[in-house]
Amino acid sequence: MDSRTVLVLGSGPIRIGQGIEFDYSCVHCVWALQQMGYRAILINNNPETVSTDFDTGDGLYFEPVTLDDVLPILEREKVGGVVVQFGGQTAINMAEGLASAGVRILGTSADSIAWAEDRDRFDQLLNRLGIPKPAGKAVRSLSEAQEIAAQVGFPVLVRPSFVLGGRAMEICYDEVQLEAFYGLAESANPGQPVLVDQYLLGKEAEVDVISDGETTFVPGIMEHIERAGVHSGDSMAVYPPVTLSPAICAEIIHQSCQLARALQVRGLMNIQFVIQNHQVFVLEVNPRASRTVPYLSKVTGIPMVQLATRCMMGESLKDHGYSSGLWVPTSGRPVHDPARPLEPRTHGRICAEADLEAIRTGQRPAGSALGIEAPPLYAVKSPVFSFQKLSRVEPSLGPEMKSTGEVLGIDTSYEAALYKALVGSGITFKPTGRVLLTVNQQDKPAAIQIARELAKMGYLLAATSGTHQALREAGIESQLVLKIREGQPNLLDAILAGEVSLMINSPGQDRQEEEEAARIRRACIETGVACITSIDTAAALAHALPIFENPERASCLPYGEYGQASSVRGSETTSTVP
Amino acid sequence: MKRILVIGSGPIVIGQAAEFDYAGTQACKSLREEGYEVVLINSNPATIMTDEETADAVYIEPLTPEFCERVIAREKVDALLPTLGGQTGLNLASLLADRGILDKYGVQLLGTPLSAIRKAEDREEFRALMREIKEPVPESWIVESNDDLKALLDHAPYPCIVRPAYTLGGTGGGIANSPEELWEIGQRGLKLSMRSQLMIERSLLGWKEVEYEVMRDRAGNCITICNMENFDPMGVHTGDSIVVAPSQTLSDFEYHMLRTASLKIIRALGIEGGCNVQLAVNPDSFDYYVIEVNPRVSRSSALASKATGYPIARVSAKIAVGRTLDEIENQVTKTTKACFEPALDYCVVKIPRWPFDKFTTGDRTLFTQMKATGEVMAIDRSFESALLKAIRGLEVQSKDLRHPKFSAQSEEELKTSVRQPTDERLWAIAEALRRRWPIAEISRLCRVDKWFLVKMQNLIEAEQALGQPDHEGTEQNVARALQLGFTPSQIRALAPESPRLEAALSNRSSRPVHKMVDTCAGEFESKTPYYYATLGRDSDDVLIELNEGEGASQAVIQTQIELGVSSEAR
Amino acid sequence: MSAYLVLQGGPVLEGIPLGAPGTTTGEIVFNTGMTGYQEILSDPSYAGQIVLFTYPLIGNYGINADDFESDRVQAQGLVVQEACTVPSNWRTSQTLHQFLLEKGITAIQGIDTRSLAKRIREAGVTMAAITHGPPEDALRALQQAAAYDDSDFVLSVTTKAPYAWGYAGKEPIESDASGYRAKIVVLDFGLKHNILRRFAALGIRSVVLPATSSAEEVLAWNPDGVLLSPGPGDPARLGFAVETVRELLGKRPLFGICLGNQLLCHALGGQTYKLRFGHRGSNHPVKDLIDQTVTITSQNHGYAVHADSLAGTGAEITQLNLNDETVEGIRSTAYQASSIQYHPEAAPGPWDSRKYFVQFLEQISKN
Repeated sequence: MDSRTVLVLGSGPIRIGQGIEFDYSCVHCVWALQQMGYRAILINNNPETVSTDFDTGDGLYFEPVTLDDVLPILEREKVGGVVVQFGGQTAINMAEGLASAGVRILGTSADSIAWAEDRDRFDQLLNRLGIPKPAGKAVRSLSEAQEIAAQVGFPVLVRPSFVLGGRAMEICYDEVQLEAFYGLAESANPGQPVLVDQYLLGKEAEVDVISDGETTFVPGIMEHIERAGVHSGDSMAVYPPVTLSPAICAEIIHQSCQLARALQVRGLMNIQFVIQNHQVFVLEVNPRASRTVPYLSKVTGIPMVQLATRCMMGESLKDHGYSSGLWVPTSGRPVHDPARPLEPRTHGRICAEADLEAIRTGQRPAGSALGIEAPPLYAVKSPVFSFQKLSRVEPSLGPEMKSTGEVLGIDTSYEAALYKALVGSGITFKPTGRVLLTVNQQDKPAAIQIARELAKMGYLLAATSGTHQALREAGIESQLVLKIREGQPNLLDAILAGEVSLMINSPGQDRQEEEEAARIRRACIETGVACITSIDTAAALAHALPIFENPERASCLPYGEYGQASSVRGSETTSTVP
Repeated sequence: MKRILVIGSGPIVIGQAAEFDYAGTQACKSLREEGYEVVLINSNPATIMTDEETADAVYIEPLTPEFCERVIAREKVDALLPTLGGQTGLNLASLLADRGILDKYGVQLLGTPLSAIRKAEDREEFRALMREIKEPVPESWIVESNDDLKALLDHAPYPCIVRPAYTLGGTGGGIANSPEELWEIGQRGLKLSMRSQLMIERSLLGWKEVEYEVMRDRAGNCITICNMENFDPMGVHTGDSIVVAPSQTLSDFEYHMLRTASLKIIRALGIEGGCNVQLAVNPDSFDYYVIEVNPRVSRSSALASKATGYPIARVSAKIAVGRTLDEIENQVTKTTKACFEPALDYCVVKIPRWPFDKFTTGDRTLFTQMKATGEVMAIDRSFESALLKAIRGLEVQSKDLRHPKFSAQSEEELKTSVRQPTDERLWAIAEALRRRWPIAEISRLCRVDKWFLVKMQNLIEAEQALGQPDHEGTEQNVARALQLGFTPSQIRALAPESPRLEAALSNRSSRPVHKMVDTCAGEFESKTPYYYATLGRDSDDVLIELNEGEGASQAVIQTQIELGVSSEAR
Repeated sequence: MSAYLVLQGGPVLEGIPLGAPGTTTGEIVFNTGMTGYQEILSDPSYAGQIVLFTYPLIGNYGINADDFESDRVQAQGLVVQEACTVPSNWRTSQTLHQFLLEKGITAIQGIDTRSLAKRIREAGVTMAAITHGPPEDALRALQQAAAYDDSDFVLSVTTKAPYAWGYAGKEPIESDASGYRAKIVVLDFGLKHNILRRFAALGIRSVVLPATSSAEEVLAWNPDGVLLSPGPGDPARLGFAVETVRELLGKRPLFGICLGNQLLCHALGGQTYKLRFGHRGSNHPVKDLIDQTVTITSQNHGYAVHADSLAGTGAEITQLNLNDETVEGIRSTAYQASSIQYHPEAAPGPWDSRKYFVQFLEQISKN
């Protein structure tokens, strides 16, 4: 690069799907570049952010992040290269235009970016690497979509390509739904194909990897608490995984390393997986920093953006002491030296790719190699919604992202971390009233488990007919409450009268049930009753109940100190993993 | 005093976005510059403020009084700065004070005293204070029965707004233009309200909404950082309004009348730090009302900071620990003091970013409940170009003032779209202008000031001129469009292809220069590289070269005729 | 149609005509206020000057009937980036262009005013010309124009005949003078109406006398105090006025504003100097050294009091500019004379410094 000036593209206005996380990454990239001796300048047009603080970088251009506005800046500043990886979809979408204008894209090439985002090319790549993915295809017409649906079988996931945050994304259970929804997906990003995929109902997990094209380092695996079908931005996630087996984790790392190498990733990449029947499928690859980078950086102690920026600028991970594999934190006090900002801040070790390979293929037992048996800390991310401000918005969770923000709960036990994430995101019991359960047929077994936990802790329960009966059959006492269509007083009245302390309501099966459910959820929002719409979230709540009962069992420490000393752990609750 | 606790604002929700990461990060930096140790609590991990480098101890814990107390106890905190974490931070500090936790641990509250905050936030206390200092507040009444309502019919100011309290989705309210209407709407509202309670308030719909970002230190020095005029008149939450800085349609007298009122209010409240004052201004007289005071750093203050280059949160933090404005350096010029009022030599436009591209079934009407998740700001030296920039940066379907939804509407439908504030009304107004509806008629429907509408009309005229088949006027049309802020891509999208078009676009004068936001309109040299693009004579980093000698010769004139800002005259 | 703005020593800038056709010359100065163009154009202190506004959008609220600071346009010319063609304000009666045309003022728009303001900041104020004709016209006019520093503007802006200003505004000098708390003589070196309005609001009746009035003529009115008004130009050229002030010292309480401050300085034996590009705007912080408060002030001056020159004169510095530490106020307790360099009457600008009018009233009421 003949110039030492680098332009970092910002992420524009805060919107659902592209929040403050991207600003965090942009700012850290600027600081990393400065540490390397580059002149780092920034372009962004969001007045709320740190990135547009005029003393963040070596120059701030308060301009829209579009090609027309960027090109004159490049000319004026004699910019050597542009960073497109940290500004979310806003920035990454400009890679192609910039590259064709002859601008140097730093890090992962524009071609690789297009590769990851172009469905056909990406499918070919996965095939070549032998990485499974849900069957499906990018299509350009409804008839094509119907054909694919017939091949892979319903339900199918339908979504537009090149869109962040799952906009206009829907799970279609039959022909009618597919027909109704296809047009929407098509118009969400005109001119681009629509993706139709087999919908796998399994566990989801994701990773953010750092790669220099050769070495691929994975700071951590995040397991989603809600099953597939809930957008990753709206699901709770736990680090490290609590239910994934070492072999599955090793498989995830294996696939990640393969993908990073194949795409010649230089910088960050986010990969989403679904696990069904002990098989790992790749759902999606984002060749850029994702919204999980800030919190994962904090809880793993790995300076992810700094390292990614180094990779982007041509340095190798090996030179900084990192090798391919997974970071495994261990208890103990880290030696953090501010003069060496690239070193991990947590005490730990790298579980090398070769070891992982042996575990993956069953050649050796995992033991504690992956550190998921008794990790020094758990971190649970929980989404936060703004439904109170938006009337007529349906608050149930689905493939389309709806949350506006997130909180993190960190603790030495999984229960306490869950508790903090739930409380932080506003899911608490109101001091009076009963826990009201109204769940669909397939969720009933899980609901019984949850109800049992709640009852054991002394919570009074109420339920609508079906759920009530299921509970009664399981020997759990609950008050019967009428559904809206069954007359009055019904559960809506109970909510408004302050008789509900928490609502567990999973999506209904038919239109009428859904309409009722929507009114119920709305009523909860208006009256400040926490409303859980996924049975998996409810199960997490049940798991955290002991801490709800005894909050002092949760710790309260500067986050850098979690998992540092065993003395800290000794005084706190010990972890039990489901 | 040594250790200060800063409370963050928690997760991003509508009404509380990234501005508090910016404010909190600045405040922590500012306090540490002053030699204090900072302890931070925030549950939002996706923030710079929760980086371990930002504070001396960072807690990512739920923002509850219980966890705060544990942090206070563990860190032996001496003082608490509550005004930088939005409403969340303020409410939490308030709870800690009420529960005696602050007293228990001997924690001192910094910045604006809690009593002043309550005075600003409690409706009745605030009104009483305003009456005392003779600042007008809109009359309002609480009505709890039909008898109350009846008693009000004769002396309520019409039109008035009727708002039933505690209804689902804020339904059942309305605007009453006469006693008959008030009776009808009021009765219905009483039934709808779960607590049988109505608030009735003088309607200021259609008045101008103007905001002042002001600041006061302990010594009583008061300054205005920025004033802003809302494009949308009263009735739309300021977070959902298109906002322009500085105000455009206020005369010097009006500007300073409102500025004086704002400063009087923060003096009376005893604010120490930044504060936002919202005023409703009658577009046809000197009448105004004080609508609301935000006694803390807010979304508006982040906007004002970026719009002026004045770091409000940073200075507020220093004021909170007792520094006075005349002691604090102006961080942008580095040669002058923080005690001054920024002079803008550009125009700033903010447009909110709403989530209705995702929530397609959501209610798009804008009222007093904020719905935007974020916002964009644009800086340029004309309103037209700043507006276009802002639209371009929104990342919505429309990249300019065209919108297929409204071009397809009938006249009647469009009338409704222009009248009803929604996230898309800007484009509805543009369509009305495109159809050559008279400005007066559009203004009557939407109550947006004529000044803004005329500027939008300039853009529509340029857009329509570009749409004509190529002719000898093409170059002039392109020059005009560039001047108004259309970019080459936008122009290519509007105009038919032609060599003349390309020639005009490749003209050197079509390329923007970059100017500085320097807080002082060029009066003092500034070293902070904070830029915006505009069409102009030179960029700010270019050294100005002077010609030697007195008087210019003919030859000098020939070689020195430069393009002014506008090449339209050619 | 083009207009041209030519600065002495270059450059020549092309713009768009605004206001009346013709050619005009003057010292080009910039003002950073975002509002107040009507007050500024009619402020006599801008006599002999071409005013450039750094705020790019001028004329947004038009011209109204009330906000004039004198009976005519005082500035020689006007430079703006964009003049508003459709102003919006309930008091608007004219557009800026109509007004300039009517008053015969030649102006120019379409100029990158920030670029030019920076130039003035770097190189200092200079003579300039605007023409709606060919650039040569401007050059010629510029070569013929007298330098600003060599001109006496006070005599052209001061009132020709005495008049009074009371509760009802401007009135014949023989009008009813009863019902006032005090009466003062105002020496008009280039007075702004709002000074008189402020006095009237405090119950003070002003008798306004021409700048050339002698001390004897002033004292003949038996005023409770004397105001030395603002005005244009170099105070060092106003020997006659300095002489009058010197004679008035100790006879009556004196209060000086802007040029009045500089005249008091000279009368007390101090010196003034020309600032490189002056202070013109509505945002200058000034610290009052007596009560330690800081106020944001309205400023318009190209000359300033030389701080060191006051040593040994018995005068003390009472106020300082926080930006550049120039003298913003002086006083002589012995003579009951005080003055400030900026504009407490505002118009345009902040109303924060009205207290100085009250202080003056208190002072003259004591006597």
